[in-house]
Amino acid sequence: MRISLKIKRFDPERDREPHWDEYQLEMEPTDRVLDALNHVKWYLDGTLAMRRSCEHGICGSDAMLINGRNRLACKVLLKDVGEHVTVEPLRGFAVIKDLVVDMEGFFAKYRSLHPYLMAGDPEPRAERRQSPPERHRYDDTTKCIHCAACTTACPSFWSNPDYVGPAAIVNAHRFVFDSRDLATAERLTLLGVRDGVWRCRTIFNCVDACPRGIDITRAIGEIKKAILLGGR
Amino acid sequence: MAQAPVYHQHEIVIVGAGGAGLMAAVYLAGRDVAVLSKLYPTRSHTGTAQGGIGAALGNTEEDHWEWHMFDTVKGSDYLADQDAVEILTREAIEVVYDLEHWGLPFSRTPDGKIDQRRFGGHTREFGQGPVRRSCYAADRTGHMILQTLFQQCIKNNVQFFNEYFLLDLLIEEGRAAGVVALSIADGQLHVFHAKAVLLATGGCGRIYQTTSNAHALTGDAMAVALRRGIPLEDMEFFQFHPTGIYKLGILITEGARGEGGKLLNGRGERFMQKYAPTLLDLAPRDIISRAIYRELRQGHGVNGKWYVHLDLTHLGREVIETKLPDITDFVRTYLGIDPIREPIPVQPTAHYAMGGIPTDVGGRVVVDEKNTPLPGLYAAGECACVSVHGANRLGTNSLVDILVFGRRSGQDMQRYVRENDFPRLPAKPAEAAQLLLSRLRASPNGRGVTASAVRDDLRREMMDKASVFRDESSLTQMVDLMRDLQQRYQEVRIQDRGHVFNTDLVEAIELGYLLDVAEATATAGLVRTESRGAHFREDFPKRDDANWLKHSLACRTVTGAIELKYKPVTLTRFQPQERKY
Repeated sequence: MRISLKIKRFDPERDREPHWDEYQLEMEPTDRVLDALNHVKWYLDGTLAMRRSCEHGICGSDAMLINGRNRLACKVLLKDVGEHVTVEPLRGFAVIKDLVVDMEGFFAKYRSLHPYLMAGDPEPRAERRQSPPERHRYDDTTKCIHCAACTTACPSFWSNPDYVGPAAIVNAHRFVFDSRDLATAERLTLLGVRDGVWRCRTIFNCVDACPRGIDITRAIGEIKKAILLGGR
Repeated sequence: MAQAPVYHQHEIVIVGAGGAGLMAAVYLAGRDVAVLSKLYPTRSHTGTAQGGIGAALGNTEEDHWEWHMFDTVKGSDYLADQDAVEILTREAIEVVYDLEHWGLPFSRTPDGKIDQRRFGGHTREFGQGPVRRSCYAADRTGHMILQTLFQQCIKNNVQFFNEYFLLDLLIEEGRAAGVVALSIADGQLHVFHAKAVLLATGGCGRIYQTTSNAHALTGDAMAVALRRGIPLEDMEFFQFHPTGIYKLGILITEGARGEGGKLLNGRGERFMQKYAPTLLDLAPRDIISRAIYRELRQGHGVNGKWYVHLDLTHLGREVIETKLPDITDFVRTYLGIDPIREPIPVQPTAHYAMGGIPTDVGGRVVVDEKNTPLPGLYAAGECACVSVHGANRLGTNSLVDILVFGRRSGQDMQRYVRENDFPRLPAKPAEAAQLLLSRLRASPNGRGVTASAVRDDLRREMMDKASVFRDESSLTQMVDLMRDLQQRYQEVRIQDRGHVFNTDLVEAIELGYLLDVAEATATAGLVRTESRGAHFREDFPKRDDANWLKHSLACRTVTGAIELKYKPVTLTRFQPQERKY
């Protein structure tokens, strides 16, 4: 399959502005977009910079805009995007180089919501009990891989960079609805601020972007409801 | 232009932020620790582990750590050090409870306990039949472990240096003194002066063309240690996981067979009947990988191709979608196959390095046949060799290994830094790193050898000559090829002249690490004239305890050659037996 791959390039040491590079490649239809990018880097232009590691959608390194949509480059097959492939860095974060963006702010927001279990003392010797329905309650939001596809697809985030963003809320939801966590009230207080859940305008771009299929808008809605009703 | 490094001083430096590194960091909470990773921590390969963590909790049926210990020792083809295995299997229970207390979302039994499932090589009553020992979270146990440990690091304000790439290890007056690292974001060199260093950079599967391993797994600490005169133990033992997706290397967890999945050849036969009549498709991985290769060589591959089928169709939608959701996604995404309706094409895939930097049971690196520790230097996780896995690792035991020995390393480092002052730094600590960088950045002298070309050749040849089946001819050729590849490496020059996020430079340095690790692997394999666990010699197909019940130590001497020495295996409860399943 012959593809035409356009990549948005930016080298801060040489460029004043981003520019497009185009490559004509012979690839297999079942190859991933990441395979095409690696082909460019290894055989055509070693200066191409991108993040990648596991190649199968688990580590979350390679989120980027592919034909205008936030996807993981390792989960998109060329046969599903066609002969013309356009690749750009995620929107809303500063570009460090080419497809590499500054993730520091993203992780800072995640940390700001205390994403760790607060289960109280003392710990039992063995496991705390949790029934299968209790476990199922928060299953969806345990799946987040911090790829930032959701947050950088969100128009509310683009217009309000202080919005904590869908990913941070998802990771907070995971604890709000974990039966073992006792810090519900504090968590809902942190989330119930202007740049917390109330920035969400139920646009659904996050759901569209999430490579793990997390029902993010629903999770944000559940937090909003819990805040309004005074608990989980 | 030699760049001046930035200096840091911390009591403890941990290199690698996967399960082992993060577990150590959690147990060192409150101390002066710097955790370096060449990735962001949640990208670490621990996150891709699927099937579960093995611990004899006995939540769904009777189980005992002694049974787990026996299975592990037998699984190791009797090469594991049994004192270490006893610690592994006893402390497995504690670390699983630690994880749950920290919030890990385990799958649960109806009465709310941690659920457990069957896994390859794990048996009740010393081999009588499979036992439910794998504690799991759907098929994303590794993801949950990595997330939970990272969350605990956030809770404990652990200091991270993200996207810092290990370049060198500093040893002064026989003590660990720190590390040298490259900050990938800006190309700045950093010297970390420390009292204690923990190496936890994971495995080296990228030496092989078809691997489950992420791009990041290039044997960094293994190679750096080898370059600094520290031996690598048992490098000839590299595990091939039987069920990687055909051509892609993406793993289909052994947990799929734990739930009842079967392996079928091109004739629709459940061929494991012939090779492991008791455990069948839940035999240990080395046994199954060789069985698959044997079937393929006999022409029993599906449609005559180089794969067999993993059949989950009889498990039903409910089991597949709730217990194996991620692998279902992989198969649908990459193959367009629905595992509920069709079998999955699978083949053996380079997966796990049983060997690595030798340590004692406290995680302390030991540098010779007498297990002499190098004060202040520690290693844990896949880059280390305690040895708990011997010649072959059982599934679910790596997650136990990284947590148990990550914890023990953390605890011993805490004691060590309390009892010791900072060592001196070497005179020009960044010099070796600067020389390497200068050479790679220099202008090409004619041939313009790229790292990619050398890497492609290495990976293809290792897959061909030093993988599941080996013999003297293939290994000798590989050792000779290594000389040629190392020479070509000296001529590699990078294309990217920049300093900001120069992954061309990083990949070129990683290639050097791959070459060193591959050389140790091929050389150790050539010398070991027996078959044991994952190391199978077609010219020496039997295990030979009389001559070979010992660990290899591959050392790079001053002449540049790899020299092999040996040290004994610690046997306690279980005498070596014939290994049958």
